[in-house]
Amino acid sequence: MYGRKVKLRVLYILLILIILSLSIFLILKSLEQNVIYFQSPSEIKNISEIENNKIRVGGMVKKNSISINSDEINFIITDLKNEIYVTYSGVVPNLFEEGKGVVAEGYLKDKNFFLATKILAKHDENYMPPEVKEALGEK
Amino acid sequence: MASLIGFYALVFGVCSSFFIIFFSIRNFRNYDELDKKILPFTFLQFFLVLISFLGLIISFINSDFSNETVFNHSHTTKPLFYKISGSWGNHEGSLLLWLLVLTLFIFLFILKSGKQLTQYRILTLLFQEIIIIGFFIFLLKTSSPFNYIFPIPKEGLGLNPILQDPLLAIHPPILYLGYVGTSIIFSSALAAMSVNYISKEWAKHIKVWVLISWIFLTLGILLGSIWAYYELGWGGFWFWDPVENVSLMPWFALTTLIHCILVLEKRLQLTSWVIILSITTFTLSMSGTFLVRSGILNSVHTFANDPERGLFILIFLFSLIFLSLFIFFFFHKNEVSNKNSLFLISKETSIIINNWFMMYFLSVVLIGTVYPIFLDVITSEKISIGPPFYHKLIIPFLIPFVLAMTIGPKLKWIKSDISDKTNLIVFFIISLLLSIFIIKTLEVKFLLNTILVSSTFYLFFITLKDLLKKRFINISQNIAHLGFSLFLLSIIFNNILSSEVVTNLKVGETFQSEKFKIYFENINQKKEKNFDSFVGKFIVENSDGTIQVMKPELRIYNQPNIVTSEADIKTSLFSDKFMTINFVQNQEYLNIRYQFKPLMIWIWISVLMITLGGMISILKKNEK
Repeated sequence: MYGRKVKLRVLYILLILIILSLSIFLILKSLEQNVIYFQSPSEIKNISEIENNKIRVGGMVKKNSISINSDEINFIITDLKNEIYVTYSGVVPNLFEEGKGVVAEGYLKDKNFFLATKILAKHDENYMPPEVKEALGEK
Repeated sequence: MASLIGFYALVFGVCSSFFIIFFSIRNFRNYDELDKKILPFTFLQFFLVLISFLGLIISFINSDFSNETVFNHSHTTKPLFYKISGSWGNHEGSLLLWLLVLTLFIFLFILKSGKQLTQYRILTLLFQEIIIIGFFIFLLKTSSPFNYIFPIPKEGLGLNPILQDPLLAIHPPILYLGYVGTSIIFSSALAAMSVNYISKEWAKHIKVWVLISWIFLTLGILLGSIWAYYELGWGGFWFWDPVENVSLMPWFALTTLIHCILVLEKRLQLTSWVIILSITTFTLSMSGTFLVRSGILNSVHTFANDPERGLFILIFLFSLIFLSLFIFFFFHKNEVSNKNSLFLISKETSIIINNWFMMYFLSVVLIGTVYPIFLDVITSEKISIGPPFYHKLIIPFLIPFVLAMTIGPKLKWIKSDISDKTNLIVFFIISLLLSIFIIKTLEVKFLLNTILVSSTFYLFFITLKDLLKKRFINISQNIAHLGFSLFLLSIIFNNILSSEVVTNLKVGETFQSEKFKIYFENINQKKEKNFDSFVGKFIVENSDGTIQVMKPELRIYNQPNIVTSEADIKTSLFSDKFMTINFVQNQEYLNIRYQFKPLMIWIWISVLMITLGGMISILKKNEK
């Protein structure tokens, strides 16, 4: 009915379509698992249940809240409305200071307590991550 | 004064570009040979931009704070070297540098392409001038480096100290040479398509430009990566940061293009691939600039958040893409000259297979980079995508990719049997056994690691054997591929064997774990010209009994007031030892990170080897 060439071409196109859809599926699947959402302390207060996903929390390091011992660093992130306690053992970036913007990545223990696995670096003292600016600006 | 000259040089520069367009359109109608005025005018255009650029540099050297750019990014106490490099360490200056390279490249192109079809040369020039004029207008209208401020400030605001680094001084120019090189490829591909000049001859001539851009792009990425390794203090060399990703994407496209050009040169096939890749590469370079410069991606590269600038690049970009797609659909003849069909086992097929893998890697990176931006625009939900996303999607597919890379070069054009079968099998078994042995001893995740390591070893051995046996035949390809296998091996083992300690210590305290013992002896303060320096002294005892004194430093810069960590890195052939310290809010404790990173230096060496392959390819071309 159809020539060999046409059949080959149909096969070729089918193959490409299958591979394409497979890889899109894989990418989306992996995307779903690896997305890290950004939330402000106020948003965390409003969530209904604690999920075990990695998230980022941003805001300002509260004045006089940093305390440090040989294992960990504790501080409070605030968006001037709500605050959250953060425990972190790891390296802090150079511009980690009280009263300055901060983004911490990690897991929520409960609505008031955050276990950070990473504090993100900033490169400039005037620079405020847009997310943080927004979180603070909503006050 | 220098700023004034610089500004007028730019204005005259854009005039010369309009002259060039006028000449080339007139020349295009009767095209026996290139108009004699064109070459001097492209030189003039380059020369004027060069003057403008020198004007900016002189303003920086003299700390002429009546110039807004100088005021924003310089300071009188800054060392001379960084005053100069500061002139392209900012948005306006870097665009001027981009323009400088654009005009230099088109001058060189016209100079060097004498043997090519005149019509094609004129058309390339025309396309290139469109891009150049776009950049001129962009510079003059939205981001002039020569804005005047009055009253004249006494002191400038200073350059971000983490940019005050010799590597970072040359990183932008090198990277730009790569980025801008892709514009020539873009214009040339469009021109060649319009006048139906896509031929083996053309492939041979454009291959040099592809190789040059590829070499500079690779080196540029390498420099940025080395800088991030020692300056940002995280001890890694690649973070899957969006800003890094935008330089990696054109690299994928350009690397694929090199392979396609080879097929085009030898077999006159894959013309559609070549054209689409030429367009893609340039588009990715441009959109990379857009994403980085517009402030959408936040990083050290973000100089200013000016929506007008972003909008301009976006409109410019879309009109270029539209133009190129228009030309592609109207002029591209669908591989008429290609009468030889493809066979399953041949060099072409293996290159096509790798093309598809490359495109897959490219789309993974693209999605990971762009998806958060889209989500933000559409739902204003803020997300980021971590390294596991990339690792999960890229690493498993490296295995067939590397295998095709091993077998492919052994095949012949058109139709081939797998030759040299015994060797292929013997080396496969050797690599498999070797990696099983290594992975077993290291006691890490078995299956994936073994397959990955053995396929990489396989590539390594086969390429090495070829390199030693054939010596000068395919030497560039073999060196680049060998470099790539070394690159993968060093990354894999670096990943598996790295270990680190993070702790907080006071002076006199000792930290002890199974692997390391760290004693914090003292900390000394010193005053330098534009910063205060605190140097800590640590004595590290490794598990194998070796003792190492580490002296990481903290710098508190005065202008602008920024703290930076200077890591102390002890590099040897087999491993790097890496230590950074940091203050935490003036408390007695210091935040300390000590890392043991095996084979770090081999990552840099192997990338250099990959670029060496490209360089040899250019040299060999000149010999013939």
